Amino acid sequence: MNLSDFTHSTYIAGLSGGLLIGIAAAMFVLLNGRIAGISGILGGLVQADKGDKTWRVLFLLGMAASPFAYRIAFNLPAVTIEAGTAQLIIAGLLVGLGTSYASGCTSGHGVCGISRGSIRSIAATLTFMTAGFITVYLTRHLLGL
Amino acid sequence: MNLNAFLVGLLFGLGLIVSGMTDPSKVIGFLDLAGTWDPSLAFVMAGAILIGAGAFTMAKKRQRSLLGAPMRLSTATELDSRLLLGSLVFGIGWGLSGFCPGPAVVSAAAGQPKAWIFVASMLAGMALYNMIERRGK
Repeated sequence: MNLSDFTHSTYIAGLSGGLLIGIAAAMFVLLNGRIAGISGILGGLVQADKGDKTWRVLFLLGMAASPFAYRIAFNLPAVTIEAGTAQLIIAGLLVGLGTSYASGCTSGHGVCGISRGSIRSIAATLTFMTAGFITVYLTRHLLGL
Repeated sequence: MNLNAFLVGLLFGLGLIVSGMTDPSKVIGFLDLAGTWDPSLAFVMAGAILIGAGAFTMAKKRQRSLLGAPMRLSTATELDSRLLLGSLVFGIGWGLSGFCPGPAVVSAAAGQPKAWIFVASMLAGMALYNMIERRGK
């Protein structure tokens, strides 16, 4: 990678977005004492016997408000979802089941867990990234989905 | 504390939008090592961990948060099959769709019907996990 690649806006955008995510995770752990892990927050809502629903709902409402807040100043970036309906249903089930068993996803393990130096989170992140790389290789280059 | 939960959700969502994580085709471009690999999403994690590492180092030294809430940090260290197989299954779903939970929630809220399908299915997967776990007890 040379410097002109780095100054290309997608790297700056990635880094800036990452810094915002880091600030959000920092605010959550320092003020609320909690991990900003999206799968865990969603999972707690689906679990009937879990009592602490209020903060989960508010966190998700904040998240749901983000595209509307963004639109006040900017146009939302274009989004392309190549997967068809069946593929999305299967993928959703796998993500729901997998993150529940693993107790975390990209945010809980990938951002918060690695930030606190958790061995489990480092192992989880390496595993789901590798699985993602292999899945995309198989679907794009071998099966041509 | 509840207000902060809302603000953190909002900020987190904005970060996902700014970073490009809410576009599944970009995520798949990042996962496509054999294609025209787009490494920019690695900078998302780097930026987040840069800030997060300092915050979690502070958090680990405390019993309570700055607002007095108990510090809920996992102390588990065991690399068990639930963690590794769960992450493997999650990674397959992530690679198939380009969605992980956070960006899917943001895209669903932004009005993407395909994200609604994904989120509904993901919640069903989480509910299925709860059913399996209850049955095992």
